[in-house]
Amino acid sequence: MKLRANLIIGGALFALAIVVGLLAPWLAHTDPVLDANLMNAEEAPSWTWWFGTDAQGRDIYSRVVYGARISLTVGIVSQLINSVIGVGLGLSAGYWGGWWDDFVNGLTNLMLAIPSLIFALAIMAVLGPGLTSLLIALGLTNWSFTCRLARASALSLRSQGYVQAARVLGYGDLRIMITQLLPNMLGPIIVIGTLGMGSAVLSEAALSFLGLGVRPPFPSWGSMLSEAREQITTAPWLSVFPGLAIFLTVLGLNLLGDGLRDILDPQSRSRRI
Amino acid sequence: MTGSPLIEVEDLRIDLNHGSSRVAAVEGVSFRIDRGETFGLVGESGCGKSITALALIGLLRPPLSISGGTIRFDGREIQSLSAARQRALRGNRIAMIFQEPMTALNPVSPVGRQIAEMFVLHKGKSWREADQLAVEALASVRVPAPERRVKDYPHQLSGGMRQRVMIAIALACGPDLLIADEPTTALDVTVQAEIIELMRNLCAERGTAVLMISHDLGLVANVCRRVAVMYAGRIVEERGSADIFRAPSHPYTQGLVNSLPRLGSRAALGRTRLTEIAGVVPAITDFPAGCRFNPRCAHATEICRTAAPETTWLGAGGLVRCHHHA
Ligand SMILES: Nc1ncnc2c1ncn2[C@@H]1O[C@H](COP(=O)(O)OP(=O)(O)OP(=O)(O)O)[C@@H](O)[C@H]1O
Ligand SMILES: [Mg+2]
Repeated sequence: MKLRANLIIGGALFALAIVVGLLAPWLAHTDPVLDANLMNAEEAPSWTWWFGTDAQGRDIYSRVVYGARISLTVGIVSQLINSVIGVGLGLSAGYWGGWWDDFVNGLTNLMLAIPSLIFALAIMAVLGPGLTSLLIALGLTNWSFTCRLARASALSLRSQGYVQAARVLGYGDLRIMITQLLPNMLGPIIVIGTLGMGSAVLSEAALSFLGLGVRPPFPSWGSMLSEAREQITTAPWLSVFPGLAIFLTVLGLNLLGDGLRDILDPQSRSRRI
Repeated sequence: MTGSPLIEVEDLRIDLNHGSSRVAAVEGVSFRIDRGETFGLVGESGCGKSITALALIGLLRPPLSISGGTIRFDGREIQSLSAARQRALRGNRIAMIFQEPMTALNPVSPVGRQIAEMFVLHKGKSWREADQLAVEALASVRVPAPERRVKDYPHQLSGGMRQRVMIAIALACGPDLLIADEPTTALDVTVQAEIIELMRNLCAERGTAVLMISHDLGLVANVCRRVAVMYAGRIVEERGSADIFRAPSHPYTQGLVNSLPRLGSRAALGRTRLTEIAGVVPAITDFPAGCRFNPRCAHATEICRTAAPETTWLGAGGLVRCHHHA
């Protein structure tokens, strides 16, 4: 059962990241920002400093643990914004059709034509660095796949008998979209959302690496990598551990997305039965 | 106001528009249904029964549109109502059940929820009250153990059970008119009979008028007090159910009656051979001039090919449109 393995390993990795983020104050050994002590600067990993320390003597393990909070917040919140925008636009476009559909299609094609990271960079440049700007920038630039999917599903669902029946029973358009269409397309939307969360975690790292993300001294995995850049040969642990955290979280989300696709997508489900 | 009909259709015309060309899919259709009355609409596939029903509830969508005539429900003209007022009628005062019980229920929602939604939508009930009413509604369509069944999803129910749920949904708000568009075509014969019986009893108890649509004259005549026979977008004959069997007047109706297998009377008369009507229904784009049945009619003469027949009134409120009616 390889399919289940995806789901279990992916789910476990993602759950681990979430638990670490939630329990950060209890798991961390020191305060990630304030406990700087030049006496133990650049210590290699050891029993005292699990992941070593940085140039200011801050405990890398504690910073990675706290970093989970920012990376996951950005990943989850920005993807939620993307899903809401994508589903809202795609679902209504597919259901209503007409000029609204043309408009949404045009907008989606535009979004697909601009690399989303470049677009996010531009938004960050306008809004300035910071957590809120990150959420906005990443939340507004990655909805085109969700939108396409929602539109295609709405197009095929709107001619279903139960949608026609709902119309005959006096349901309004909004009620039809929320009660009849949305629940029937939720599976694939969740899959895309999970995969999108992984790419949002990566994008956060990239933007923070470029110095546009969360402002130091607050730790996010991306900003830690950015700070570690100059010591990559002298103190490799500074980049290895945040890098590993990003890698495992994104891997977990991708596996989870694949696993969910296998159980939520009715086509693959019927293929297996 | 007693005596005023529940629904009154006058000279209805429905156009099918493609590009700049318009063809009448339904033309000159008039009928009325009184409160609590059962009325049948019979005709071959594609003659315009379903689109007539959709017109009654204001749900024709392009390329089809109403291009003439009036539909009055409870004294008010449907077309003059705002979209919101029309929607408030649907499911509440006019309900409809469909051909396809397999696909007419939302697969990801428990059936109780789908019944309850009607009370929330049209009667302003809270979900708590609505869920309770849903159990009662399911009990009224004789679904066993309704308090457990409300939690079932459509795929857990048989076709007959699903159609019962559809009836429960349709009758939830106590509508004045139930439109049943081939409600049992997809079910097997024994289940068909049960469902029809159930629908008839429930509507009779509650005084709900029924517009029953089918291609099965025998079924419709069995359930309905009056029957209208439709051919190629026009009503060709309208009679009391008994009359239509005893003395069908339009050649098309005669053909329909003679193509029905019947035990008893006809067998006793030695007329056991079933006949069929020769030819096929004309496509909507090339309806013949004059009487639309003329190419298939054994009695057709010159006038049938040039002039559309006028309405002839028969006894007991019946009518026929034929130049050579019996
Ligand atoms: N959406 C549509 N677009 C184009 N033509 C349509 C549409 N809906 C119906 N028609 C045409 O209108 C005519 C009447 O259709 P209708 O569905 O009312 O037939 P019906 O009498 O209900 O037949 P059946 O017994 O098969 O249900 C048919 O010729 C059909 O092809
Ligand atoms: Mg039909």
